Amino acid sequence: MLTLLRNEKVRGILYQILVITGFLIVAYFIAINTAHNIEVRGIKSGFDFLHATAGFDITESPIPFSPQSTHWDVFKVGLLNTLIVSFAGIILSSILGLIIGVSRLSKNWIINRLAAGYIETFRNIPVLLQILFWYNVVLATLPATRKSLNFFDSIFINNRGIFIPNPIFEPGAWLIGVALVAALIGGWWIHRWAFKRHEETGENFPAIWAGLGLVIVLPLLAYLIMGGPVHFDYPALKGFNFQGGKVFTPEFLALLFALSIYTATFIAEAIRSGIEAVPKGQKEAATALGLTPIQSLRFVILPQAVRIAIPSIINQYLNLTKNSSLAAAIGYPELVTIFAGTSLNQTGQALEILGITMLTYLIISLVVSLILNWFNAKMKIKER
Amino acid sequence: MAIYPLKEAKQPPLGERGAIAWVRHNLLSSPFNIFFTLLGIAVLAMIIPPFVKWAITDANFVGHTKADCTGDGACWVFVHEKLKMFVYGFYPEAELWRAKLTIAIAIGTLFVLKFARPRWIKIGTIILLPIAAIILLRGGFMGLPLVETSKWGGLLLTLVISTVGIVLSFPIGVLLALGRQSRLPIIKTLSVFYIELVRGVPLITVLFMASVILPLFFPEGINFDKLIRALIGITFFEAAYIAENIRGGLQAIPKGQYEAADALGLGYWQKMRLVILPQAVKVAIPNLVGTFISLFKDTSLVMIIGLFDLLAMVQLTANDRDWLGMETEGYVFVAFVFWIFTFSMSFFSKRLEKHLDTNNRD
Repeated sequence: MLTLLRNEKVRGILYQILVITGFLIVAYFIAINTAHNIEVRGIKSGFDFLHATAGFDITESPIPFSPQSTHWDVFKVGLLNTLIVSFAGIILSSILGLIIGVSRLSKNWIINRLAAGYIETFRNIPVLLQILFWYNVVLATLPATRKSLNFFDSIFINNRGIFIPNPIFEPGAWLIGVALVAALIGGWWIHRWAFKRHEETGENFPAIWAGLGLVIVLPLLAYLIMGGPVHFDYPALKGFNFQGGKVFTPEFLALLFALSIYTATFIAEAIRSGIEAVPKGQKEAATALGLTPIQSLRFVILPQAVRIAIPSIINQYLNLTKNSSLAAAIGYPELVTIFAGTSLNQTGQALEILGITMLTYLIISLVVSLILNWFNAKMKIKER
Repeated sequence: MAIYPLKEAKQPPLGERGAIAWVRHNLLSSPFNIFFTLLGIAVLAMIIPPFVKWAITDANFVGHTKADCTGDGACWVFVHEKLKMFVYGFYPEAELWRAKLTIAIAIGTLFVLKFARPRWIKIGTIILLPIAAIILLRGGFMGLPLVETSKWGGLLLTLVISTVGIVLSFPIGVLLALGRQSRLPIIKTLSVFYIELVRGVPLITVLFMASVILPLFFPEGINFDKLIRALIGITFFEAAYIAENIRGGLQAIPKGQYEAADALGLGYWQKMRLVILPQAVKVAIPNLVGTFISLFKDTSLVMIIGLFDLLAMVQLTANDRDWLGMETEGYVFVAFVFWIFTFSMSFFSKRLEKHLDTNNRD
């Protein structure tokens, strides 16, 4: 018996049996307690509540929503708002992060220090504090609607948000969309063709400019052919508030700015460490080959730096998405605020609602990690 | 034979040495660079003078009420008047010495960690610190009046949550990391599941879960205090991140180390404790400190489930009718406090990294 216990394999199995039994006992204990508590406290269970009327309104919703909508609609609106603010935040933080990251590597001492100062400041302050600061200090002190900051009578900034003209698409506008898609495909094709030709003959073709021209010219042509099927709905002051146009609410803006500024510090650091991780010899070799500084950056440094930096940048995008849940503190109607907040308070079905909420975030994370794995496999240096 | 005495080397031209050369090379090397220098100066001029004007020259430092703030700048009187609330929350005035003693003990612990040699003393103090702190703060024995955790607040609460969170989540994280690297399939699966599950969701949902659902998990009558629930949530959340940091360290250890430990006849736990983990933790330190820093920043989220940490105290006092419109001063103060802590943590980590670097390259 004792010798059997000394056998590593037997012990391994024994350990696992112990762990799994412990796990099952705890799970069982939790399950019966929960079931009992739910019964005693008279909490409803099941997912019927999703079809019940929500009974509250949501301040901003990308899809039609009214107090008669169901909790399932609340979920959809919340998820969409989460995705909208995350997407906008990803774009903004990437731009900002790129600028700061490159500045951080600048040989110019002042620029370099400024970028370092930016990173050290905003990275070390809790993002929740930054959200509250934007919401309660910066955006709340903007002028009232009647004294809005006015840009060309089409953009207005006041303490109710930023109002911009909203494009209205008329029936013929589909052609513009088609033209844009065609231009994108054409641009991609030109790029491939130019790359191939470059590989074979060594001749260069300004593929970027050609692609850019295509993307601008084709939709413009479509616009002219269809006789200008787009016009703008301008915001205008009516009564106490602006009507028409598109409005970015202070909640949205506070969340967007705070998340972007916070995440940009991490993206900047990722970009910096990516570029710094490329061995010095690579740059020297590129220079020895006669490449100009821009060429060596474009063909030698960046392709290697990107491989190192992208995984952590994508992780930061994921963090940004998860941090968007802090909107609960200022009331931007995203998933946690309205579904795990208002809906939960109305129905009291915490278990189901938090389960759905967590599962949703989990799915987003899993999808992103799948993309990341695919990227890592694709970008892996193909060695012999 | 002609003698050619060695000539004294000439100094480099004025433009190539000293401050002038530095300025020329770092600020004015090309038209582009000059442009960026000017841009940088412009940005600095936009940020620094107004901030200094607001925070120092135009600010009000003396007084006791809002009416004393007559200048255009910041009203630091607010921070000064409310400082006690920011630091101790609603902790009763008569018992404040306990909070102060706790902070003194915590600072003392840092010295113990710095100067004590045997490892068991260090580990012992780290484990004892949060327990002693909580017992002392809570009281309710030997004539010490009970102070409910709902009365704890401010920076004190922030520090309690982060220290307890760090100390408790670390061992759980280590176990999870070992579980994830384990060859036993069931243990590995459970660990992977747990880690990925937790890392996939935002902290706030975990905190909601801890505050709303956790009480349902236990038999009727067992009631946790709100703070304990938040602590459980934060600990289990951060453990998953710590596990990933440690795993990174474990993967960086050469296979030979494992094999050497096996060859020495060490058992699994001996091997991990004596050979693998000390090296793995060392490799993981930069990332671990990163996780601790984000844990420290994340403690501000407990505000959303109704605990009054430093940030929540500022939110609360800024809504005080006598002090309306003081958010800016409050937020800047909190930001400064958080910044000091996180910045010194990362500074400390860099020192530690250097100190532990046994890789004698140069």
